[in-house]
Amino acid sequence: MPSHDEIYEKVKATLIDALGVDDDEVTPTSRLKADLGAESIDFLDIVFRLEKNFGIKIPRNELFPESLFAADSGFAENGKVTEKGLGELRTKLPHADKAAIDKLALDPKVENVEDLFTVNMVVNFLASKLN
Amino acid sequence: MRWIWIDRFVEFVNGSHAKAIKNVTLAEDHLHDHFPGFPVMPQSLMLEGMAQTGGILLGKVNEFNRVVILAKVPKMTFHSWAIPGDTLTYTAKLIDARDEGGMVEVQAHVGERLVADGEIVFAHVDENAEGGVKIDQKNFVFSMRLLGVMDVGKAGEGLPASSQ
Repeated sequence: MPSHDEIYEKVKATLIDALGVDDDEVTPTSRLKADLGAESIDFLDIVFRLEKNFGIKIPRNELFPESLFAADSGFAENGKVTEKGLGELRTKLPHADKAAIDKLALDPKVENVEDLFTVNMVVNFLASKLN
Repeated sequence: MRWIWIDRFVEFVNGSHAKAIKNVTLAEDHLHDHFPGFPVMPQSLMLEGMAQTGGILLGKVNEFNRVVILAKVPKMTFHSWAIPGDTLTYTAKLIDARDEGGMVEVQAHVGERLVADGEIVFAHVDENAEGGVKIDQKNFVFSMRLLGVMDVGKAGEGLPASSQ
């Protein structure tokens, strides 16, 4: 059972490979899109590398759900995530930082949802998978 | 000219790896501009050849029923070059193939000499892509009779080509 630190170091190396970022750019709270410049296809690349580096299978939509808010779901209104939507996020993204979701609740713009995709989120997801 | 940058598969193991060759010839116009007095196979076209080798390898996993597009080249290093008269051998190894796409590790060699190595990520695109335009696989990725390259090996064995 790898430690949290061991998982973090491997995730960090994976992101350096996938995103071409420097060692010192990756921190536990780095956001994959806003801070590390990940684009949509990079998420697929990251999943390939995590599967290879950790020897696990990551089913589609488990780590990075593609469409969190289906039309007419009631999860978002006027560009803002509703209370119902926040509840859905806590259910669908159990590996997201609780603090990050609390922060989103204070400014629930839909575009802020992608800020939940942090290095820590990936580490938490793998920790739950591996342990 | 057709956008086919491999001449023939010399090895093809479905779901595992494929090896294709590309003979470099001065009959190709671009070699006269790239570069004047120093004709070498452009790296971009070697990358295309490796992507075609890997793309067909991934496409075959789903019997060419999925639309495969080159999505990302995370890593590609060129160590050497190829000149007219050289035979480039492109090797693609399937690292992962899943619903969303696939990844291959590729290499290019001339004889024993390593010319390039890297990784290529492909994505599967929904048949009904954005905008409601249906993508016809036969007219899109494996287009311009790219899959005709599969017939070359058959011709070598005296077998008839598949009809397209």
